[in-house]
Amino acid sequence: MPEQNQQSTGVKIEDLNLSFGDTHVLRGVNLDIQDGEFFAFLGPSGSGKSTLLRAIAGFGPKPTGRILIGDQDIADRPPWKRDVGMVFQSYALWPHMSVRKNVAFGLEERRLPVQEINERVDNTLDLVGLKHLAERKPSALSGGQQQRIALARTIVVEPKVLLLDEPLSNLDANLRVQMRREILELQRKLKLTTIFVTHDQEEANTTADRMAVLDQGVIQQVGEPMKLYDNPDNLFVARFLGTANILEGEIETRAGVTSFRCANGTSLALNSDHQQGPGSIVFRPQNVGIVAQDCLGGDGQNRVSGKVCHMEFLGSVIRYGVDIGNDVLLIDHPHKQGEATYALNSGVELLVDREGIQVVAA
Amino acid sequence: MKLNIAVVERGPMAIGLLIALFLLLFLGIPVAKVIFVAFQDPNTGQATIINFVDFFRNSLFRESFVNSFYVSAMSVVLASILAIPLAYFTTRFNFGGAALIQTLGIIPLIMPPFVGAVAMQLLFGANGSVNLLLDEHLGFTIPFMEGLNGVIFVESLHYFPFILINLSAALNNVDRAMEESAQNLGSSGLRLFRRIVFPLALPGYVAGAALVFIKVFDDLGTPLLLNVNNMLAPQAYLRITSIGISDPMGYVISVILVAFSLLALWVSLLSMRGKDYATVQKGGGGLMRRDLKRWEKLGCYAVVIFILLLVLSPHIGLLLLSFGTIWSFAVLPDAFTLEHYYTVISTSSQYISNTLLYAGLAALFDVILATAIGYVVWRTKLVGRKWLDYGATAALAVPGVVLGIGYLRTFHSVEVPIIEEPLASWWVIIVVAMTIRRLPYALRACIAAIQQVSVMLEEAAENLGATKGRTVWRILVPLMSGGILAGFVTSFATASVELSATIMLVARETDAPLAYGIYEFMQSASGRGPGAALGVIAVLFVGIGTYVSHVIIERTKRSREPKPIVSEGVPA
Repeated sequence: MPEQNQQSTGVKIEDLNLSFGDTHVLRGVNLDIQDGEFFAFLGPSGSGKSTLLRAIAGFGPKPTGRILIGDQDIADRPPWKRDVGMVFQSYALWPHMSVRKNVAFGLEERRLPVQEINERVDNTLDLVGLKHLAERKPSALSGGQQQRIALARTIVVEPKVLLLDEPLSNLDANLRVQMRREILELQRKLKLTTIFVTHDQEEANTTADRMAVLDQGVIQQVGEPMKLYDNPDNLFVARFLGTANILEGEIETRAGVTSFRCANGTSLALNSDHQQGPGSIVFRPQNVGIVAQDCLGGDGQNRVSGKVCHMEFLGSVIRYGVDIGNDVLLIDHPHKQGEATYALNSGVELLVDREGIQVVAA
Repeated sequence: MKLNIAVVERGPMAIGLLIALFLLLFLGIPVAKVIFVAFQDPNTGQATIINFVDFFRNSLFRESFVNSFYVSAMSVVLASILAIPLAYFTTRFNFGGAALIQTLGIIPLIMPPFVGAVAMQLLFGANGSVNLLLDEHLGFTIPFMEGLNGVIFVESLHYFPFILINLSAALNNVDRAMEESAQNLGSSGLRLFRRIVFPLALPGYVAGAALVFIKVFDDLGTPLLLNVNNMLAPQAYLRITSIGISDPMGYVISVILVAFSLLALWVSLLSMRGKDYATVQKGGGGLMRRDLKRWEKLGCYAVVIFILLLVLSPHIGLLLLSFGTIWSFAVLPDAFTLEHYYTVISTSSQYISNTLLYAGLAALFDVILATAIGYVVWRTKLVGRKWLDYGATAALAVPGVVLGIGYLRTFHSVEVPIIEEPLASWWVIIVVAMTIRRLPYALRACIAAIQQVSVMLEEAAENLGATKGRTVWRILVPLMSGGILAGFVTSFATASVELSATIMLVARETDAPLAYGIYEFMQSASGRGPGAALGVIAVLFVGIGTYVSHVIIERTKRSREPKPIVSEGVPA
């Protein structure tokens, strides 16, 4: 594969709005995806993530706003003049053409000399490790092989940007893990700006440099996976990225100490200053410690007492549900062989680390 | 355990054997007989190919062979010219006339081509309305109906919907992502159409075209009514009816007809094989549609209305003929009257009652057979069960003329007890012929219905104590009722205008059905009016039948459909 051209291939989206008839599918989307970045669009189905990806490729209803690749606005170009490579969820391999013909298609459309086409097709098939299947028809390939050919067909034309629309959703669980590693490796090798649509947070977490979480056509938050998990901007992001304890109440500052008062009167000290008034706090189950009622310790941590109301064994952790009056908090306690568990209805103390508490907009 | 299965399957096995026997008796043996006689020396009874040599030595037969081939091929060409733009409009554009085009796809099929043939002569013939107008205003005429042209014209107007329906379905089944991925890789416009869209839709087109070819190749009524006798099917009919059932030429022609039918079926299967192009997945089917510009819309409407007028012309002509008094050397009939309808109803109502009886019985047998075959094929593990399906479907490859000749030859010496008459001239044989000929249609409807019923529903009934028989009766048949009804109506409607087999099997006027009556009337100039009136009645039969089956199918489909899941990213 020749080197990518030096020109920047970052993707910039400015004030993008899109509707199907009267339904607004995307609202005020602004994004700045860096050159060579592996970027994920994450969201539940119907959030508009696929629509956004298709809009970048030029499919679907025409949006308003600007879509720039490098410094070129491509929003007015037809799909075939955009130079963004897209891998379709269904792979969309043409059943009447052999693997080689499929992969050669884009190069033929670019009217390259036959010799160069053959060379590049061979190189790319080599890259995805399927050169030996070149003369097969797509229907004779397994799901994973089809996926690789679809990828090969797209990267062989050296697009400026690679778009992947739920590329792993048609594979079984094991293959999915393997393919996502392969895709990531390939992306690193080619230094290709890549946008990856998925509804699976694990997929996004493991592959993406940064990601955008979408809901109802609006970008909720953009950032590195770990940052979004630890510091969600809003309740949607907190809930969508893993399990979260969410409490509603009042934020108050007394004698220079900011704390959070729940509806049942429990008060939790917060780490830093926050605006007073109604608000919500979020903390993850693994950031809460659990000890027996009479146990001391946990200095500087918030202590909340409650009663164990349910327990789930998840393997590496035990998830307790603890009733603190009005609310049930979830606590993940690491499971060690031989360690006793807390019995149902036994009284426990919860240690909530103030570092782990995130205040979000109500 | 093994023993149990055997006991459970004893009933279906008996039913399967009975059906196999029926198919053997009324499809296998007659066709085998025809082929056998074709290869038999008429004098010595030895196996020989002398009959085929004789056939090709005869210049009339050679001419008939070439003509049949030419007419079929040209009909495919003309039908394609009519169908391709219509299929393209509906699948590519947001075109308001799409509903119009869909109706266009059905209207011709509700009238058998031979019914409209005479009316077409009056509209498009040398002295027909169109040529009179052309001559008067522009000073030239077009030989639409001259000899073979007439057959080509009538047949292609009648059969083009086969191409339209198959091609549109194929285009609609192309996964949109197929087109989008090509665009994404830099392809567009005509190149995209040529390299991706057309190859993907090709199997649908070939299937439709093969069907048109074979229907035209086998058609007997149209050339007979247009008085074009130098084609294969009319020659077979004329040899058998004028020289007798011992003349080998009718059998030779039959073998050629069957061979071509098989060839056409094989071609269409070949084009479909290994090409499961109905790959609709997420993005939904069909090509990307775009809105039309004003002048484009005008153009589309012009084309559609022109074709609509052409397609409706046999119907218009038939109506005019049935209500007209004298229509000769004139653009329109001289005056209008209801007399022809009185004539038909007062003197020839037996045609109608016979048709109701024959087609009704045939359709009833068809759905019973089809349901039983469907059950044996899809719900049992009997060895060779697939062959019941293949056997029944094989009737598609047997032209009506061939079946008629086969029945005459096989059953003329079989006496029916009590009424003491050969089976070949008993009216029941007409019903049997209709049953065999329409079984493939009923079978497809019933098999589609049975495949939609989850086996678990039946297992639940058995688990609660219902026997196999009770389960079929109380669970399976009620759930299949939509498909069974649709199959009944389709069989009834198409059987009621069946001509090519019945024309050979009608022993006396009082036993004759509608189609035969129309044919008889149309033979004489004075009979054209009543013939047309009878034709209008036949069209009503088929039209209402088609509409009813359409309604039934739609209703079942709607009641079974799961709630639509809005697929993400693509507008519904």
